[in-house]
Amino acid sequence: MATARITITLKPTVLDAQGEVVCSALHALGFESVERVHMGKFVELELADGDEPRPAVEAMCSELLANPVFEDCRIEIGE
Amino acid sequence: MNFGVIVFPGVNCDLDTLHVLREVLGQEARLVWHRETRLEEFDALILPGGFAHGDYLRAGAIARFSPVMEAVRRHAERGRPVLGICNGFQVLLEAGLLPGAMLRNAGQRFICRPVRLRVEATDPTFLAECRPGDLLTMPIAHGEGCYYCDERTLAEMEHGGQILLRYCDAAGRVTSAANPNGSLGNIAGIRSASGRVMGLMPHPERASEALLGSDDGLRLLRSLTQALTPA
Repeated sequence: MATARITITLKPTVLDAQGEVVCSALHALGFESVERVHMGKFVELELADGDEPRPAVEAMCSELLANPVFEDCRIEIGE
Repeated sequence: MNFGVIVFPGVNCDLDTLHVLREVLGQEARLVWHRETRLEEFDALILPGGFAHGDYLRAGAIARFSPVMEAVRRHAERGRPVLGICNGFQVLLEAGLLPGAMLRNAGQRFICRPVRLRVEATDPTFLAECRPGDLLTMPIAHGEGCYYCDERTLAEMEHGGQILLRYCDAAGRVTSAANPNGSLGNIAGIRSASGRVMGLMPHPERASEALLGSDDGLRLLRSLTQALTPA
Protein backbone atom coordinates (compact mmCIF):
# COMPACT_ATOMS: atom_id res chain seq x y z
CA MET A 1 0.00 0.00 0.00
CA ALA A 2 1.17 3.53 -0.77
CA THR A 3 0.18 6.78 0.83
CA ALA A 4 -0.01 10.08 -0.99
CA ARG A 5 0.19 13.19 1.17
CA ILE A 6 -0.98 16.29 -0.63
CA THR A 7 -0.62 19.84 0.59
CA ILE A 8 -2.82 22.35 -1.22
CA THR A 9 -1.95 26.01 -0.90
CA LEU A 10 -3.02 29.25 -2.49
CA LYS A 11 -0.98 30.45 -5.44
CA PRO A 12 1.40 33.22 -4.42
CA THR A 13 -0.59 35.76 -6.47
CA VAL A 14 -3.70 35.20 -4.40
CA LEU A 15 -4.37 37.11 -1.19
CA ASP A 16 -4.18 34.75 1.80
CA ALA A 17 -6.65 36.66 3.95
CA GLN A 18 -7.12 33.74 6.31
CA GLY A 19 -3.34 33.55 6.78
CA GLU A 20 -3.21 37.25 7.59
CA VAL A 21 -6.01 36.96 10.13
CA VAL A 22 -4.33 34.02 11.84
CA CYS A 23 -1.02 35.90 11.88
CA SER A 24 -2.68 38.87 13.60
CA ALA A 25 -4.27 36.54 16.11
CA LEU A 26 -0.90 34.92 16.90
CA HIS A 27 0.60 38.37 17.42
CA ALA A 28 -2.29 39.27 19.72
CA LEU A 29 -1.42 36.19 21.76
CA GLY A 30 2.15 37.42 22.08
CA PHE A 31 3.84 35.29 19.42
CA GLU A 32 5.69 38.19 17.83
CA SER A 33 8.21 36.02 16.03
CA VAL A 34 5.67 34.93 13.41
CA GLU A 35 6.33 36.87 10.24
CA ARG A 36 3.89 35.21 7.87
CA VAL A 37 1.20 32.53 7.92
CA HIS A 38 0.13 30.41 4.95
CA MET A 39 -3.08 28.47 5.38
CA GLY A 40 -3.66 25.40 3.23
CA LYS A 41 -5.42 22.07 3.02
CA PHE A 42 -4.06 18.62 3.65
CA VAL A 43 -5.30 15.49 1.90
CA GLU A 44 -4.00 12.01 2.57
CA LEU A 45 -4.82 9.21 0.11
CA GLU A 46 -4.34 5.53 0.94
CA LEU A 47 -3.72 3.81 -2.37
CA ALA A 48 -3.93 0.14 -3.27
CA ASP A 49 -0.73 -1.39 -4.61
CA GLY A 50 -0.29 -1.07 -8.33
CA ASP A 51 1.47 1.07 -10.90
CA GLU A 52 3.54 4.09 -9.98
CA PRO A 53 0.87 6.26 -8.34
CA ARG A 54 2.26 9.74 -8.97
CA PRO A 55 0.65 10.40 -12.40
CA ALA A 56 -2.76 9.36 -11.09
CA VAL A 57 -2.37 11.49 -7.97
CA GLU A 58 -1.34 14.48 -10.07
CA ALA A 59 -4.47 13.98 -12.18
CA MET A 60 -6.60 13.78 -9.02
CA CYS A 61 -5.13 17.08 -7.91
CA SER A 62 -5.70 18.90 -11.18
CA GLU A 63 -9.20 17.48 -11.71
CA LEU A 64 -10.70 17.68 -8.25
CA LEU A 65 -8.57 18.15 -5.18
CA ALA A 66 -7.19 21.56 -6.13
CA ASN A 67 -8.58 24.31 -8.31
CA PRO A 68 -5.68 25.25 -10.59
CA VAL A 69 -7.05 28.77 -10.98
CA PHE A 70 -5.94 29.66 -7.47
CA GLU A 71 -4.32 26.63 -5.81
CA ASP A 72 -1.00 24.78 -6.02
CA CYS A 73 -0.35 21.20 -4.95
CA ARG A 74 2.65 19.55 -3.34
CA ILE A 75 2.58 15.75 -3.52
CA GLU A 76 4.60 13.30 -1.42
CA ILE A 77 4.29 9.59 -2.10
CA GLY A 78 5.35 7.28 0.70
CA GLU A 79 4.60 3.98 2.40
CA MET B 1 -40.61 30.33 -21.19
CA ASN B 2 -40.04 27.06 -19.46
CA PHE B 3 -37.47 27.25 -16.65
CA GLY B 4 -35.57 24.45 -14.98
CA VAL B 5 -34.26 25.18 -11.47
CA ILE B 6 -31.45 22.74 -10.70
CA VAL B 7 -31.39 21.31 -7.18
CA PHE B 8 -28.25 19.69 -5.78
CA PRO B 9 -28.41 18.26 -2.26
CA GLY B 10 -27.85 21.23 0.04
CA VAL B 11 -29.32 23.89 -2.24
CA ASN B 12 -31.79 26.06 -0.30
CA CYS B 13 -32.83 28.91 -2.61
CA ASP B 14 -34.71 26.70 -5.05
CA LEU B 15 -38.16 27.44 -3.68
CA ASP B 16 -37.64 31.21 -3.58
CA THR B 17 -36.44 31.07 -7.16
CA LEU B 18 -39.40 28.94 -8.21
CA HIS B 19 -41.79 31.31 -6.43
CA VAL B 20 -40.52 34.35 -8.33
CA LEU B 21 -40.58 32.55 -11.68
CA ARG B 22 -44.10 31.15 -11.23
CA GLU B 23 -45.96 33.58 -8.97
CA VAL B 24 -44.31 36.89 -9.80
CA LEU B 25 -43.35 36.35 -13.46
CA GLY B 26 -46.05 33.83 -14.40
CA GLN B 27 -43.58 31.44 -16.06
CA GLU B 28 -43.58 27.67 -16.39
CA ALA B 29 -40.92 26.39 -14.05
CA ARG B 30 -40.05 23.25 -12.15
CA LEU B 31 -37.36 21.91 -9.91
CA VAL B 32 -34.81 19.57 -11.49
CA TRP B 33 -33.10 17.07 -9.18
CA HIS B 34 -29.36 16.79 -9.80
CA ARG B 35 -29.67 13.20 -11.06
CA GLU B 36 -31.81 14.14 -14.07
CA THR B 37 -29.93 13.96 -17.35
CA ARG B 38 -32.41 15.32 -19.94
CA LEU B 39 -33.06 19.04 -20.00
CA GLU B 40 -34.33 19.52 -23.55
CA GLU B 41 -37.77 20.63 -22.32
CA PHE B 42 -36.35 23.83 -20.81
CA ASP B 43 -35.73 27.18 -22.47
CA ALA B 44 -33.57 28.45 -19.64
CA LEU B 45 -31.87 26.99 -16.57
CA ILE B 46 -31.20 28.53 -13.20
CA LEU B 47 -28.70 27.16 -10.70
CA PRO B 48 -29.94 28.67 -7.43
CA GLY B 49 -28.15 29.50 -4.20
CA GLY B 50 -27.41 27.32 -1.22
CA PHE B 51 -24.69 24.94 -0.08
CA ALA B 52 -24.60 22.22 -2.72
CA HIS B 53 -22.90 19.13 -1.26
CA GLY B 54 -22.17 21.13 1.86
CA ASP B 55 -19.59 23.20 -0.05
CA TYR B 56 -17.25 20.32 0.77
CA LEU B 57 -13.66 20.64 -0.58
CA ARG B 58 -14.57 23.95 -2.30
CA ALA B 59 -17.94 25.56 -2.97
CA GLY B 60 -19.34 23.96 -6.11
CA ALA B 61 -16.46 21.50 -6.40
CA ILE B 62 -18.54 18.35 -5.94
CA ALA B 63 -21.74 19.58 -7.57
CA ARG B 64 -20.09 19.85 -10.96
CA PHE B 65 -19.84 16.06 -11.08
CA SER B 66 -23.58 15.59 -10.62
CA PRO B 67 -25.23 13.77 -13.54
CA VAL B 68 -27.24 16.88 -14.46
CA MET B 69 -24.17 18.98 -15.22
CA GLU B 70 -23.45 17.32 -18.55
CA ALA B 71 -26.96 18.30 -19.65
CA VAL B 72 -26.42 21.83 -18.31
CA ARG B 73 -23.27 22.05 -20.41
CA ARG B 74 -25.14 20.80 -23.53
CA HIS B 75 -27.95 23.28 -22.87
CA ALA B 76 -25.45 26.16 -22.85
CA GLU B 77 -23.67 24.82 -25.94
CA ARG B 78 -27.02 24.84 -27.75
CA GLY B 79 -27.15 28.56 -27.05
CA ARG B 80 -29.83 28.49 -24.36
CA PRO B 81 -29.35 30.66 -21.28
CA VAL B 82 -28.01 29.46 -17.94
CA LEU B 83 -28.06 31.69 -14.86
CA GLY B 84 -26.06 30.81 -11.74
CA ILE B 85 -27.00 32.63 -8.53
CA CYS B 86 -24.53 32.63 -5.62
CA ASN B 87 -23.76 28.92 -5.07
CA GLY B 88 -24.98 28.36 -8.62
CA PHE B 89 -22.33 30.81 -9.81
CA GLN B 90 -19.74 28.85 -7.83
CA VAL B 91 -20.85 25.59 -9.48
CA LEU B 92 -20.59 27.15 -12.96
CA LEU B 93 -17.08 28.43 -12.15
CA GLU B 94 -15.91 25.02 -10.93
CA ALA B 95 -17.49 23.41 -14.00
CA GLY B 96 -15.55 25.75 -16.26
CA LEU B 97 -18.70 27.24 -17.79
CA LEU B 98 -17.58 30.61 -16.47
CA PRO B 99 -13.97 31.82 -16.08
CA GLY B 100 -12.24 32.37 -12.75
CA ALA B 101 -12.92 31.13 -9.25
CA MET B 102 -14.48 32.13 -5.93
CA LEU B 103 -12.43 32.50 -2.79
CA ARG B 104 -13.39 33.02 0.82
CA ASN B 105 -14.50 36.57 1.64
CA ALA B 106 -11.44 38.70 2.33
CA GLY B 107 -12.84 39.70 5.74
CA GLN B 108 -13.36 36.01 6.58
CA ARG B 109 -16.98 36.68 7.61
CA PHE B 110 -20.22 35.49 6.08
CA ILE B 111 -21.95 38.66 4.90
CA CYS B 112 -25.69 38.97 4.61
CA ARG B 113 -26.93 42.42 3.59
CA PRO B 114 -28.17 44.46 0.63
CA VAL B 115 -25.55 45.76 -1.77
CA ARG B 116 -25.58 48.22 -4.65
CA LEU B 117 -24.51 46.99 -8.02
CA ARG B 118 -23.55 48.98 -11.07
CA VAL B 119 -24.43 47.60 -14.48
CA GLU B 120 -21.23 47.55 -16.53
CA ALA B 121 -22.31 46.31 -19.95
CA THR B 122 -25.31 45.89 -22.19
CA ASP B 123 -26.60 42.37 -22.31
CA PRO B 124 -29.65 41.31 -24.32
CA THR B 125 -30.19 38.04 -22.45
CA PHE B 126 -29.81 38.88 -18.78
CA LEU B 127 -29.85 42.67 -18.55
CA ALA B 128 -32.16 43.70 -21.38
CA GLU B 129 -33.94 46.12 -19.02
CA CYS B 130 -30.72 47.77 -17.90
CA ARG B 131 -28.20 50.21 -19.31
CA PRO B 132 -24.57 50.59 -18.28
CA GLY B 133 -24.45 52.87 -15.26
CA ASP B 134 -27.80 51.72 -13.85
CA LEU B 135 -27.73 50.94 -10.14
CA LEU B 136 -29.45 47.88 -8.72
CA THR B 137 -30.01 46.91 -5.08
CA MET B 138 -29.99 43.21 -4.14
CA PRO B 139 -28.97 41.24 -1.08
CA ILE B 140 -25.86 39.12 -0.80
CA ALA B 141 -25.52 36.23 1.61
CA HIS B 142 -22.21 34.45 1.26
CA GLY B 143 -18.96 33.47 2.88
CA GLU B 144 -17.09 32.71 -0.35
CA GLY B 145 -17.86 35.54 -2.72
CA CYS B 146 -14.41 36.91 -3.44
CA TYR B 147 -14.08 36.62 -7.22
CA TYR B 148 -10.61 35.86 -8.55
CA CYS B 149 -9.03 35.25 -11.93
CA ASP B 150 -5.57 35.74 -13.37
CA GLU B 151 -4.53 38.89 -15.21
CA ARG B 152 -4.94 37.40 -18.66
CA THR B 153 -8.48 36.22 -17.94
CA LEU B 154 -9.37 39.60 -16.48
CA ALA B 155 -8.06 41.39 -19.58
CA GLU B 156 -10.02 39.04 -21.86
CA MET B 157 -13.21 39.58 -19.86
CA GLU B 158 -12.83 43.33 -19.87
CA HIS B 159 -12.10 43.30 -23.59
CA GLY B 160 -15.10 41.11 -24.28
CA GLY B 161 -17.55 43.03 -22.10
CA GLN B 162 -18.02 39.98 -19.89
CA ILE B 163 -18.05 41.87 -16.62
CA LEU B 164 -21.74 42.65 -16.07
CA LEU B 165 -22.08 43.86 -12.47
CA ARG B 166 -19.72 45.49 -9.97
CA TYR B 167 -20.25 46.32 -6.30
CA CYS B 168 -20.56 50.07 -5.88
CA ASP B 169 -21.64 52.67 -3.33
CA ALA B 170 -24.93 54.54 -3.27
CA ALA B 171 -23.54 57.06 -5.74
CA GLY B 172 -22.47 54.35 -8.16
CA ARG B 173 -18.76 54.64 -7.43
CA VAL B 174 -16.82 51.37 -7.61
CA THR B 175 -14.57 51.72 -4.57
CA SER B 176 -12.85 49.33 -2.18
CA ALA B 177 -15.12 50.59 0.61
CA ALA B 178 -18.07 49.41 -1.47
CA ASN B 179 -16.51 45.98 -1.99
CA PRO B 180 -18.03 43.60 0.56
CA ASN B 181 -15.81 40.60 -0.04
CA GLY B 182 -12.53 41.58 -1.72
CA SER B 183 -13.60 40.55 -5.23
CA LEU B 184 -11.13 41.47 -7.95
CA GLY B 185 -12.27 44.73 -9.48
CA ASN B 186 -15.43 44.65 -7.32
CA ILE B 187 -16.78 42.03 -9.72
CA ALA B 188 -20.24 40.79 -8.67
CA GLY B 189 -21.51 39.25 -11.90
CA ILE B 190 -20.02 38.02 -15.18
CA ARG B 191 -21.05 36.25 -18.33
CA SER B 192 -19.32 33.69 -20.48
CA ALA B 193 -17.57 34.57 -23.73
CA SER B 194 -20.56 33.01 -25.52
CA GLY B 195 -22.88 35.37 -23.68
CA ARG B 196 -25.30 32.59 -22.79
CA VAL B 197 -24.11 31.84 -19.26
CA MET B 198 -24.23 34.36 -16.44
CA GLY B 199 -23.22 34.13 -12.81
CA LEU B 200 -23.75 36.61 -10.00
CA MET B 201 -23.24 36.42 -6.26
CA PRO B 202 -26.19 38.66 -5.23
CA HIS B 203 -29.68 37.16 -5.06
CA PRO B 204 -32.12 38.58 -7.62
CA GLU B 205 -34.81 36.16 -6.41
CA ARG B 206 -34.66 37.90 -3.00
CA ALA B 207 -35.16 41.27 -4.66
CA SER B 208 -38.18 40.55 -6.83
CA GLU B 209 -40.98 41.90 -4.65
CA ALA B 210 -40.96 45.49 -3.42
CA LEU B 211 -42.47 44.33 -0.13
CA LEU B 212 -39.17 42.58 0.62
CA GLY B 213 -37.11 45.70 0.08
CA SER B 214 -36.25 45.82 -3.59
CA ASP B 215 -37.58 44.49 -6.86
CA ASP B 216 -34.46 45.32 -8.88
CA GLY B 217 -33.82 41.61 -9.20
CA LEU B 218 -36.90 41.39 -11.41
CA ARG B 219 -35.10 43.42 -14.06
CA LEU B 220 -32.66 40.55 -14.44
CA LEU B 221 -35.12 37.66 -14.15
CA ARG B 222 -37.73 39.28 -16.37
CA SER B 223 -35.08 39.96 -19.00
CA LEU B 224 -34.38 36.24 -19.03
CA THR B 225 -38.06 35.46 -19.65
CA GLN B 226 -37.92 37.45 -22.86
CA ALA B 227 -34.59 36.17 -24.11
CA LEU B 228 -34.72 34.68 -27.56
CA THR B 229 -33.71 31.04 -27.41
CA PRO B 230 -32.66 28.84 -30.30
CA ALA B 231 -34.65 25.70 -30.96
